Amino acid sequence: MDYFFELLFSGLTRGSIYALIALGYTMVYGIIGLINFAHGEIYMIGAFTALVVSSVLSIYGLPLLAILVLTVLAATVWAAAYGFTVERLAYRPLRNAPRLSPLISAIGMSIFLQNFVLLAQTSDFQPFPNLIPQFAFMEPYAAIIGSTDLIILTVAALMMILLTLTIKYTRTGQAMRATAQDQKMALLVGINVDKIISITFIIGSALAAIGGLLIASHIGQINCSIGFIAGIKAFTAAVLGGIGSIPGAVLGSFILGLTEAFATGYVSSDYEDVFAFALLVLILIFRPAGLLGKATIEKV
Amino acid sequence: MLELRHISTFYGNIQALFEVSLTVNQGEIVTLIGANGAGKTTTLMSISGIIPPRRGEILFKGQPLHRMTPDTIVKQGICQVPEGRHIFPELTVAENLAMGAFLRQDKRAIKKDRDYLYSLFPILEQRRHLPGGNLSGGEQQMLAIARALMARPQLLLLDEPSMGLAPLVTKQIFEIIKKINQEHNTTILLVEQNAHLALRVATRGYVLENGVIVMHGGAEALLGNTAIQKAYLGI
Repeated sequence: MDYFFELLFSGLTRGSIYALIALGYTMVYGIIGLINFAHGEIYMIGAFTALVVSSVLSIYGLPLLAILVLTVLAATVWAAAYGFTVERLAYRPLRNAPRLSPLISAIGMSIFLQNFVLLAQTSDFQPFPNLIPQFAFMEPYAAIIGSTDLIILTVAALMMILLTLTIKYTRTGQAMRATAQDQKMALLVGINVDKIISITFIIGSALAAIGGLLIASHIGQINCSIGFIAGIKAFTAAVLGGIGSIPGAVLGSFILGLTEAFATGYVSSDYEDVFAFALLVLILIFRPAGLLGKATIEKV
Repeated sequence: MLELRHISTFYGNIQALFEVSLTVNQGEIVTLIGANGAGKTTTLMSISGIIPPRRGEILFKGQPLHRMTPDTIVKQGICQVPEGRHIFPELTVAENLAMGAFLRQDKRAIKKDRDYLYSLFPILEQRRHLPGGNLSGGEQQMLAIARALMARPQLLLLDEPSMGLAPLVTKQIFEIIKKINQEHNTTILLVEQNAHLALRVATRGYVLENGVIVMHGGAEALLGNTAIQKAYLGI
């Protein structure tokens, strides 16, 4: 039974990371109908920023908690700046172009950012320091769930709650929903749609950076191509849940994470992707709009 | 109050408006009538800054509007109820109304206005927790007008408020339009295909044909004009 719970928590941890990335995909899609293929790269850049900042800070011998806080801040701000800039440079000029153009531009951005980091950091894996403190009280359960997993689950849950509250109750959140539902009308009630789109990219990028930082610290190494596979998986999760739907992205991420964990645990790690993508194919055959992707679902 | 000076508006290379000039004075209801595709909606979209004119000027209380972004134009006090109503389908009725007041900060006055609009449209209060997309056409039109009024506009642009509505509902909507104009001194620019209806509530009217203003005058004079009667009133 312990083994089952170990797999369960491992799946939930993966799911949390996928969710942090998938939210960015789904929010951007909900608001401008674009699959932002560069989103996985933003996640990777978040992880690299965390690596650089935490390494520099540890030279100065700051306490672990201070390093953690500053690193999280730096990674989210820097990744958000990237997300903002990518939208400004690569997507905004194509706002009124045929739908295929921004999609190609997004793929171009993804390749550019990946190679940009490749030049700066080489393709080798870099060791990533474990930034997450190990709790003594977690030791009896170490076989089932590690401190890192606990932190990842908690942080992801907090982020999702915060995001939900923001979208439901703040002025900006309402403007985001309105823009997603009817962009022209959003303009006519006086919403600065450009600003709302920028904010969406900033929020999505910051969430992805937090995901990148957490998983890097969990796995212990990163390189310039981690964004690709994580991006594809998170995108799969978003489609699984119904792209454009926020609860859908979270649900899809957890289903994907759990499927992978159980497939790895009970079958073989060689087959984890087979199960994950077979699930995607099945769901798309029987529910083409994704699990929660109905017309009545909130598209943000 | 509002003055369009020789504006020409394009969709890509296709010209939709040719040197359209019109004025709307404080407190008036002015109607813009014309057939399908004459450029009525384009005129309103040019005023709101959604499709800015390529040439010409738009002045609102002496201020040039034609270089402003749509949200700044709303800030000046111009609100539009677009054709097809454009209710936010997944926001509730109450949230739709709140979006209308997006640029206002005075919470207490917003609440007061909302309560006033609920008294004007009691059906909206009954439906306040329903998603806007679930309302009937007539209810949506009321919501669209109420949402625009939440911004306390000085100038209200109405695009085909009668479209797709039963005659009885249309009558009700037009009575409310008159009421808004008389009781709140809100200036109204009304676009309509139903020329008869529009000219009855309006003080003055303009006739748009293929992107050109072909006639303008007092509403009664236009109603009595034989050419108008033939082309738009079916008499």
